[in-house]
Amino acid sequence: MKERNISRRSFLKRLGGGAVATSALLAACKGGASQPTSPAEPPAEGMTMRVNPNTGDRVSLLGYGMMRLPEVQGQKLKEGQEPDFDQDMINRQVDYAIAHGVNYFDTSPAYCRGLSERCTGIALARHPRDTYYIATKLSNFAPDTWPAAASKKMFETSLRELQVDYVDYLLLHGVGMGGMDDLHRRYLDNGILDWLVEQKTAGRIRNLGFSYHGDVAVFDTLLQWHDEGRYHWDFVQVELNYLDWEYANEINESNTDAVYLYGELHKRGIPAVIMEPLLGGRLANVPENVVAKMKSRDAQASVASWAFRFAGTPEGVLTVLSGMTYMEHLRDNLRTYMPLKPLSEEEKEFLYEVADDIFNLNTIPCNDCKYCMPCPYGLNIPAIFVHYNKCIKEGNIPNERMDEEYWRQRRAFLVGYDRSVPRLRQADHCIGCGECVSHCPQGIDIPAEMQRIDEFVEELKRSEK
Amino acid sequence: MLRKIRTTLAILSIAAITLLFLDFTGTLHHWLGWLAKIQLLPAVLAMNFVVVAVLVLLTLIFGRIYCSVVCPLGVMQDVVSWLHGRTKKNRFSYSKEKRWLRYGVLGVFIVAMVCGIGSLVALLAPYSSYGRIVMNLVRPLYEWCNNGLAAVAEHYDSYAFYTTDVWMRSLPTFVVAALTLVVLIVLAWRGGRTYCNTICPVGTVLSLLARFSWLKIRFDEDKCRNCSKCSRNCKAACIDFRSHTVDYSRCVVCGDCIGDCKFGALSYSHKIKSSHAATPSQPDPHPTDGGRRSFLVATAVATTTAALAQEKKKVDGGLAVIEDKQAPVRTTPLTPAGSLSARNMATRCTACQLCVSECPNGVLRPSTDLLTFMQPTMGYERGHCRPECTRCADVCPTGAIRPITREEKSSTQIGHAVWVQDNCVCITDGVDCGNCERHCPTGAIQMVPLDAQDEYSPYVPAIDESRCIGCGACEHLCPARPFSAIYVEGHEVHKTI
Repeated sequence: MKERNISRRSFLKRLGGGAVATSALLAACKGGASQPTSPAEPPAEGMTMRVNPNTGDRVSLLGYGMMRLPEVQGQKLKEGQEPDFDQDMINRQVDYAIAHGVNYFDTSPAYCRGLSERCTGIALARHPRDTYYIATKLSNFAPDTWPAAASKKMFETSLRELQVDYVDYLLLHGVGMGGMDDLHRRYLDNGILDWLVEQKTAGRIRNLGFSYHGDVAVFDTLLQWHDEGRYHWDFVQVELNYLDWEYANEINESNTDAVYLYGELHKRGIPAVIMEPLLGGRLANVPENVVAKMKSRDAQASVASWAFRFAGTPEGVLTVLSGMTYMEHLRDNLRTYMPLKPLSEEEKEFLYEVADDIFNLNTIPCNDCKYCMPCPYGLNIPAIFVHYNKCIKEGNIPNERMDEEYWRQRRAFLVGYDRSVPRLRQADHCIGCGECVSHCPQGIDIPAEMQRIDEFVEELKRSEK
Repeated sequence: MLRKIRTTLAILSIAAITLLFLDFTGTLHHWLGWLAKIQLLPAVLAMNFVVVAVLVLLTLIFGRIYCSVVCPLGVMQDVVSWLHGRTKKNRFSYSKEKRWLRYGVLGVFIVAMVCGIGSLVALLAPYSSYGRIVMNLVRPLYEWCNNGLAAVAEHYDSYAFYTTDVWMRSLPTFVVAALTLVVLIVLAWRGGRTYCNTICPVGTVLSLLARFSWLKIRFDEDKCRNCSKCSRNCKAACIDFRSHTVDYSRCVVCGDCIGDCKFGALSYSHKIKSSHAATPSQPDPHPTDGGRRSFLVATAVATTTAALAQEKKKVDGGLAVIEDKQAPVRTTPLTPAGSLSARNMATRCTACQLCVSECPNGVLRPSTDLLTFMQPTMGYERGHCRPECTRCADVCPTGAIRPITREEKSSTQIGHAVWVQDNCVCITDGVDCGNCERHCPTGAIQMVPLDAQDEYSPYVPAIDESRCIGCGACEHLCPARPFSAIYVEGHEVHKTI
């Protein structure tokens, strides 16, 4: 305990924000608002904790998702070269998170072009092993990693990259994508699930669970096995947010409403780990009128905080993962969960209304997770979707040539398109090979959407004055 | 007074025509495009008789004011010469007209035009030389500035500026432009209008008319004290103060001498007594039936190429490396819709690069072929000839690319697509593609099984040559790299489908 205090203090000193922090501490001690404090600074203590009934782990409600790590800014890049991940910034943010009580870190061998585990390992190795929980996954993307030997190697590599000799939470990655067939081929036929259970017995895995996207039959089957005692799931990771609560299936028929998924887990007392609470930032980036409604309810609360309160409110939620790329994200989320103010019924109703508004915008449900990448033909799929969604949200989708706004919108869409995506990586280069389709956890028919956007762009280009 | 009017008009004219070449957004040519069309040689080539008649009349009345105001290359030399004149006064002296050189060059020029040796015509055409200099040497700077502004605009979420590609269209043309500029600067620095009065074929043609112009620089012998100041400051070296004569074939009516003469001995006027000769028939440089140009004969199309390497997906994120496209060797080079035929292009184009500077899709670039050197040709590595765009035809001042509507363009066949089986990803990568079919604006491509008997046969593009217009959408968007699996072969004569 003493050690943690010291690390926090030394960290704050390093931040150079000593004065601000001290005043925040003072204010906290007085328990009042007599001193003006920076609204950006979360309190020093008070993180809401949830207890894992299997191991008694006290897990912070805010979990750190290591899928969207910060990249070095201002690097000179050659065409096709990607920036390095900013390890200094990762370390800083991890330190800050730990200092504020965050103790759950979720990574995978596939994230961040395969570098997430290494970056996470470097940052966490600087802290005592018993002050944090690590979650990683047995990923399923490349079929050549499916044989037993390759899978075991993947797990061993994870331990090495993370610089640990055991993993607190291990997940079968993205079950449901590819349906029952892929579940069998990936985890059962090669005996790897049984091997993982052995590892759990040996203490190299403390909790075994799965993350779920897609085919609900797989979800139901796995829970049925749990009921039958064939396999025991210590936790399950699902997508939950106020849009997916009731709209997941309507947005995409291959997905399942979060209300059902959470209900099934809660019924069995299986702790739920929440992913995509913010839909890859889409729920932090809502139409203007929604922003106004939210701010009129609580002028201080960020737009994102509503989504986090929604995801954290159900009692059966163990932790809510957020891929916090920037320090501002981290601070904002810390403020939301230190401590959590559960949503009232009336507030939940309000968010369902917001979900109605957003659902009717017809954005493409891409969360920029980059599972689809790299596209073998060089497209930047998520960047194309992000641009398209941004234009929908900002009202820059030109409709009719007769519209007063048409030419302004057309310019904004086309100039913005070239800015966001180099021409060589735009939708017109999609050949429809379908390589990406099986990787998309949202089940987006990527080639069809690419061709739809391409036709739209082509139409815009042709309608010159 | 004459000098002031002349310099004002000249500055406006050169600034506007330079902007015409610099603008890549396609807006300025609506307002300034006429400046290219009133250049003498382009007007003759375009058979724009109204412009030619007006210019002839103008010269018969005023002398060679065209060379002082309209021609950007002339104005550019004046600027260079003026800069030198600021430090060194009285640096010129009268010299005799070098007739053999002037008429020799003009003769060669006319022969080249008649025979359709476009590259030689292009080298000598003054307005085109200026166009090449701006396009190759100034345009990149302008675009870099623009891209700087675009970066600022992006920062502020403004769409006022957008980034444009800065790229070298052709190294040989760049070298020619740079050499032309160096030669002109040296000549103008040392001798003022040397180029215009010894080499420029347009200057020579106008000089034939200027001898008979109604208004001229004239000596009042009673007032002249033979101080020689006029001769020593005449950039055309055409005033002989001793004999009180001016060589009107070389005088570009700059008006400098009138102001320089302290005694008021020089005036720009009409002497009533001077005999007015009948308008000489203007030499007709119209290209007539010349030797038919032979194009480069078939070279085998490079077929071996690696399709984009299919990278095995193991992790999330990252971008596949994209290899640059390379232009295939075309048996017949492509010329844009509106150019009617390769021959029309070769005989009319003076290689001013205005179309190249206008092309928003990175399609047009100067040819490197000797016979059509620097004249525009097409390539689809950076984009294709988009159906809605008629910008090259809108701006061409010579009629090498005739004005064309979008509707006409979409039914003009400038070439036809050819499938290269060895490159097609449907075969090399075993994927379903059809990107060429999807993007063909005329529906000339359909995907058919390679082997109709085989149920699992890959589907490959089948081209209906009669519907293909040669726009290159298929070639540009073909995923095979560096050589596309479908490319466009040019037609010598365009036809309507």
